[in-house]
Amino acid sequence: MLLRRPDDILPSEITPPGVYEDRRRFIAMAGSLALAGALPASKARATTSSPLGPIVKSPLSTVESQTAYKAITTYNNFYELGTDKGDPALNTHRLKPTPWTVRVEGLVNKPRTFGIDEILKLAPLEERIYRMRCVEGWSMVIPWVGIPLATLLKLADPQGSARFVEFISHYDKATMTRGVLDWPYNEALRLDEARHPLTLLAVGLYGEVLPIQNGAPVRLVVPWKYGFKSGKSIVAIRLTEKQPVTAWMKAGPSEYGFYSNVNPEVDHPRWSQATERRIGEFSKRKTLMFNGYADQVASLYTGMDLRRNF
Amino acid sequence: MTPGKTSLIAIKAALFLLCLTPAFLLWRGLEMDSLGANPIEALTRSTGEWTLRFLLITLMVTPLRKFTGWHWILRLRRMLGLFAFAYATAHLTTYVWLDQFFDWEAIARDILKRPFITIGFVALVLMAPLAATSSNFAIRRLGGRRWQALHRAIYPIVLLGCVHFWWLIKKDVTWPLIYTLIAIALLGLRAWWREQERRKQLAGGYLPQQPQYQGKVIKIFAR
Repeated sequence: MLLRRPDDILPSEITPPGVYEDRRRFIAMAGSLALAGALPASKARATTSSPLGPIVKSPLSTVESQTAYKAITTYNNFYELGTDKGDPALNTHRLKPTPWTVRVEGLVNKPRTFGIDEILKLAPLEERIYRMRCVEGWSMVIPWVGIPLATLLKLADPQGSARFVEFISHYDKATMTRGVLDWPYNEALRLDEARHPLTLLAVGLYGEVLPIQNGAPVRLVVPWKYGFKSGKSIVAIRLTEKQPVTAWMKAGPSEYGFYSNVNPEVDHPRWSQATERRIGEFSKRKTLMFNGYADQVASLYTGMDLRRNF
Repeated sequence: MTPGKTSLIAIKAALFLLCLTPAFLLWRGLEMDSLGANPIEALTRSTGEWTLRFLLITLMVTPLRKFTGWHWILRLRRMLGLFAFAYATAHLTTYVWLDQFFDWEAIARDILKRPFITIGFVALVLMAPLAATSSNFAIRRLGGRRWQALHRAIYPIVLLGCVHFWWLIKKDVTWPLIYTLIAIALLGLRAWWREQERRKQLAGGYLPQQPQYQGKVIKIFAR
């Protein structure tokens, strides 16, 4: 029997942040006891093992302190599982994440249906610690696990006429919320946004399999846009020539635009977007342009009036 | 069924504690960190909802009294109304302190620019004179009629509260709808009573007796 020592364990994988903070204090204390000398060695390698397989760390991750696992998994907007933020965690039985397939269709040369296991093997899984800003005015820092969406798109080989990518979420009328939005939930990006290296197809959280309330088994993560742009529990990815009309655009065209980039200067018609409450913090923070990803994504929108294209 | 003086005091004391329960539970929830991932939002939301609930409960006193004949419950109404105001004040405090951190300029801008905040603020401002005149002294000073006219401001206040709640919701308006329907029912009941009263007065009493017509009735307007 081969007993393999795990290469390196993500702190997030095993340690609830509360304990983690204590440990930091402990490490600080231990430093003076020369105990700390043994610790840096474990930081050396970038790959870690996890229930999902090996995970590579990403230079695109933020170093900000991560929101507690409990908060990320009990404070969710996933209306299919209930409209109260506590509902999705209580209604996980309404969605069966296995078996699961994702159809890639529309204007592609190689339309194809991927099983979830295939998606896990398309590319090395990466940990991406991203800021997440909800349109409601709160934010989190979330360690996702996933692959760049670009990898999947490349395999499908988009046709020259494809300009947009639509994401369709799972919907089961028998078990899920009726009314509220026009189901199934759909979201969309411009093709260049979808191909951007930051755009992630997430399959995990905190080194573990993605919890149902966070959009299991596979969801989109677009960190420079408001959270609702990142569709959960995706069953189809469709490339189109025309700009799709998304679920929130249908629900409130004057309040939710196609782009929905995080922008402190463009308010929601009913509330300000200038500040946000980072979950777990007492004071509010100033919201950053493109949620702090301006250096990476601002060039996608040069020459565009972001007030009009909100 | 009319409680004696001592029982009424006991009832009032019990009601007082009951009205404090939501505040106590919120306080304990904060201490035990059981208000969920966003405790400040929970606090703001809960104090706001309790304001609306207390306004509706206050408006239920009169119908309940009429339907049951328990006239003494009128004596509990002042406390209920004052609790509505207390929860509203707590609600405003969470906004001014925990949401805006005493940035008065930002608060002023918010009140002017965001209709749902404008409306909530107007409702609270309208509540203040009602709370200030909720004493026997104020009733004597103003005179019953004027006092009553002033306190009818609770009708627009409760409707403003419903709209305030409705406009803050992103999409699922189930709860604002429920509160609004209750408010409309309670106000509708009063409108209906007024109409009944008006008809009663028209039918008898105030108006002089209908003159007795004699002879032929001539149509003067062709329809």
